[in-house]
Amino acid sequence: MTLARRRFDALIIGAGGAGLNAALQLADSDFRVAVVSKVFPTRSHTVAAQGGVNAALANVLPDNWHWHMFDTVKGSDWLGDQDAIEYMCREAIPTVYELEHAGVPFSRLDNGKIYQRAFGGQSQNFGGPQAARTCAAADRTGHAILHTLYQQNLRARTHFFDEYFAIDLIRDDEGAILGALVLEIENGEPLLIEAKATVLATGGCGQVFRTTSNAHINTGDGMAMALRAGIPLMDMEFFQFHPTGIAGKGMLITEGVRGEGGYLINKDGERFMERYAPNAKDLASRDVVSRAIVTEVKEGRGCGPNGDHVLLKLDHLGEEIINQRLPGIRETGRIFAGVDAAKEPLPVFPTAHYAMGGIPTDRFGRVLVPHGTGEEVVPGLYAAGECACVSVHGANRLGGNSLLDILVFGRAAGLDLREQLGRHHRPLDEASVEQAMARLNRWDRKGDGPTVRELRDAFRKAMEDHAGVFRTEEIMSEGLEQLRALREELDAVCLRDHSRIFNTARIEALELENLVDCGMAIAVSALARRESRGAHSRPDYPERDDVNWMKHTLYFREGDRLDYKPVHTRPLTVESFPPKERVY
Amino acid sequence: MQFLVSRYNPESDEAPHLQSFEIETWRGMMLRDALLEIKRQDESFAFRHSCGEGVCGSDAVNVNGSNRLACITAVADLKAPVTVRPLPGRPIVRDLVVDMSQFYAQYRAVTPWLVRKDPMPEQEIRQSPAERARLDGLYECILCGCCSTACPSFWWNPDKFHGPQALLTAWRFLADSRDQATEERLDALEGPYRLFRCHTIMNCVEVCPKGLNPTRAIGHIKQLMLGHAI
Repeated sequence: MTLARRRFDALIIGAGGAGLNAALQLADSDFRVAVVSKVFPTRSHTVAAQGGVNAALANVLPDNWHWHMFDTVKGSDWLGDQDAIEYMCREAIPTVYELEHAGVPFSRLDNGKIYQRAFGGQSQNFGGPQAARTCAAADRTGHAILHTLYQQNLRARTHFFDEYFAIDLIRDDEGAILGALVLEIENGEPLLIEAKATVLATGGCGQVFRTTSNAHINTGDGMAMALRAGIPLMDMEFFQFHPTGIAGKGMLITEGVRGEGGYLINKDGERFMERYAPNAKDLASRDVVSRAIVTEVKEGRGCGPNGDHVLLKLDHLGEEIINQRLPGIRETGRIFAGVDAAKEPLPVFPTAHYAMGGIPTDRFGRVLVPHGTGEEVVPGLYAAGECACVSVHGANRLGGNSLLDILVFGRAAGLDLREQLGRHHRPLDEASVEQAMARLNRWDRKGDGPTVRELRDAFRKAMEDHAGVFRTEEIMSEGLEQLRALREELDAVCLRDHSRIFNTARIEALELENLVDCGMAIAVSALARRESRGAHSRPDYPERDDVNWMKHTLYFREGDRLDYKPVHTRPLTVESFPPKERVY
Repeated sequence: MQFLVSRYNPESDEAPHLQSFEIETWRGMMLRDALLEIKRQDESFAFRHSCGEGVCGSDAVNVNGSNRLACITAVADLKAPVTVRPLPGRPIVRDLVVDMSQFYAQYRAVTPWLVRKDPMPEQEIRQSPAERARLDGLYECILCGCCSTACPSFWWNPDKFHGPQALLTAWRFLADSRDQATEERLDALEGPYRLFRCHTIMNCVEVCPKGLNPTRAIGHIKQLMLGHAI
C-alpha cells in the first residue's frame, strides 16, 4: 500500500490559540497552510481558559507595558528571558486590539472600552499598588478567543485536517524538519504531510498528573515529538499547580474570582493569605498561594470532614456581579461541587495546571538546539504556546499571561514564517518516514501484556505522588525509580483493539508514549535542581540559589541527559531587572 | 447501575445494537465518568470527550432519549437502566461517534465571522455595555450539536436548513454592534429552507446544555427580516 501524501507551505500541528493565530497570519498572506488537530479546533484546550489575557491597555487603572514586564520577570522568579518578556509585554497591546477587531466579545466598560480585571502578581509602578491588566470576556475568555480565531481562519480559507493525530516529525540527515506523519482517526489511515516549515502548537502535558485542570487531550504530543527528534525540552521541572481547583476533582476556578474580590479561608474562617503575603494577600503569585493552601491543610487547618481542602469565598460579591462577571464559575460550582457560589464558599485545592517549560525557542518561535558553545535554529521547525518555552514564564507563570503567550508567539511564528518560507520543499527523507511508520505499527503487536489504561493510571499516580507541590530528594528519587520501571514496562503494553475505524484505544496508546516522555523530562529535571525557585519548591533546599541555578535546564531523551544554558537577563531596549528577593 | 450503550463497529457489525454494562457509581459521578468506566472494561468502546467540564463540546450524546453533554450530566439524576445512544439523525462512525460534517458545513454557511468594512481604529472598536449585553446567550455556544441533532426540521433537511446552531451563530453576528454586513447576512438567509424551515418546535431550547435559546434568536432574525423586506 502506498502512503498518501500532501504538500503545503506550512504545517501547523495543533489548533488552539497559538496554532490558529500562526495559521491566520499565513493564510491571510495567501500561503497554503495545513492545520492538523486531533480534535475539532474549537475543542482545543484554549477553550477552557477563563480569566483573561494581560495587556497594559490602562482602561481601568494606570498601566504600561514596562510595569507588565517587571511583574512578569518577578513572577518568573528571574528565570524568564527578559528580551522575550519585553517583546511579549509590548506586543500584548496590539495583539489584544487585533483580537477585538477580529470579533472577540470582550466585556465592556461604560466608555465602551475593553473591561480589565485585577489578577495575581500585577502591580503598578514596579511593585506598587495592584494593577488591573487582564482583558476579559466574562469568565469565558479562552472560549471567546478560540472561537473567534477559528472563525477568522474559516474566512482566510485555512486547510483544516480535523481529527488527525500527529505521529512524528519527518526530518533529514541535517536535522531539518520536512513535515509530519499523521493519522486520520476516522479511518485509521496514515498520511504524510510535507511542508517547508512545521509549527508545533500542541499545548501542554497536564495529563501526566492524576489530578489536573487539563483536558483529556493535553498529553504533550508536540513536546514528545520534539524529544524523539533529538530536541531537548527546557525547564520542565517548573510545573504550575493552580491554587483553586475544585477539591478532589481538579476543575479550574479562575483566579478572576480573587481578582473580583473573592478570598480564601481555612477551617477557622481565617483569611490565611494575609499571613503568607501581607501585601498582595489572595492575589499573590500562583506558586505562593498554592504552597500556602497545601501548608494550611498539612498543618491541620483544612476544611471538610477530612480537612483536605480550603474554601474560596465569593458570595459577598453579590449575585449580580457573580452573574455578570463569573457566570461560568457559578455553573461549574453547582455541577461539580454541588455548591451555589453566590450563597456558599467553594471547596478548593491546588490542581496541576500548566507547564512553564517546553520546546526551547527564540522570540520568533524558531526552535533552538545547543550547538558548540551556543545555539542554532532547527531548520523548518517552530513551536509556540504551552508546548514551547521562549521563555517568558520562567519558574512561575502569572495568570493571564498564558493566553497572551499563545497569541503573541503564535502570531510571531506566523509573521516570521511569512519572511522565511522559501520557494521549494526540501527532498523527502524516506528513512525518517519509515521510522515514524514503525512507531505507529508497533501498536499492531498482539499479546496479553499490560493494558494502556493500567500503565497510564500507574504513571500518573507516581507523578502526582513524587513530583507535586513539595519536592524532596527522597520523594523524588523514589519516584524516579518507579517512573523508570514504568517506562521499561511500556514496551510490553499491548492493545486489545486492533480495528481501524475511529480506534480511540490506539490514540490513547500513542498519547501514553508521549505522556511518559514528558513525565520523565519533569522528574529528571526536578531531581537535579537543588534550589527552590517559583513553582519548583524543595523543602530540603528552601532558598533560591542565583549563583548556581539561575540557568535554564535542558533535558534530552537519549540517556535522560541534562544540560544547562544561561538566562537572557538583557532586555531588548530597557535596563535589566536584576534579581532580588521575591515577596508579595 | 445498569448502562445500555449503543455499539457499532462498521468493520464487524451490520447494525448498531445495545450492550449492557454494570457500573459501580460514586457520589458526584458524571455520565462521562461512567463511559470511561465502560472503556476501562472494554477498550474498544469509542466516544469523543475532552475537557470534562462542559466547555469543549466534544461529548454530546443521547441519554435516555435526550441530547446532553456527558461530562455535566450527573449519573444520580438519570433513571436506570441508562440508555446511551449517539446523537440522532447523523451517520454513525462508530459506537457513540457520529459524523458531524453537515452540522459544521451549516455553521460555515452563515459567514460565522465579524465583517467590518470601515478602517479599523488604532484601539478597540467601542461597544457600550448594553450593546455587548446583546451577545450574552449567543457567543457562549460550544458547537456540541445537541440542538441541531434534536431538531426534526434538521433531521429532514440537514443539507438545506441551517439548523438551530448555525442560526444562533447568524444572529450572534447580526446582533453585534461592530458587524457591518447586516444586508448581506439577511439576503443569504432568504428562501424557504435556510431559516424558514424552523417550525418553533423548540427542542433546541430544551436540550441546550449551556441554557441558550436558538428559537428566540431565530425569532429575532425573522423580525429583522420583516423590517428588511419593507
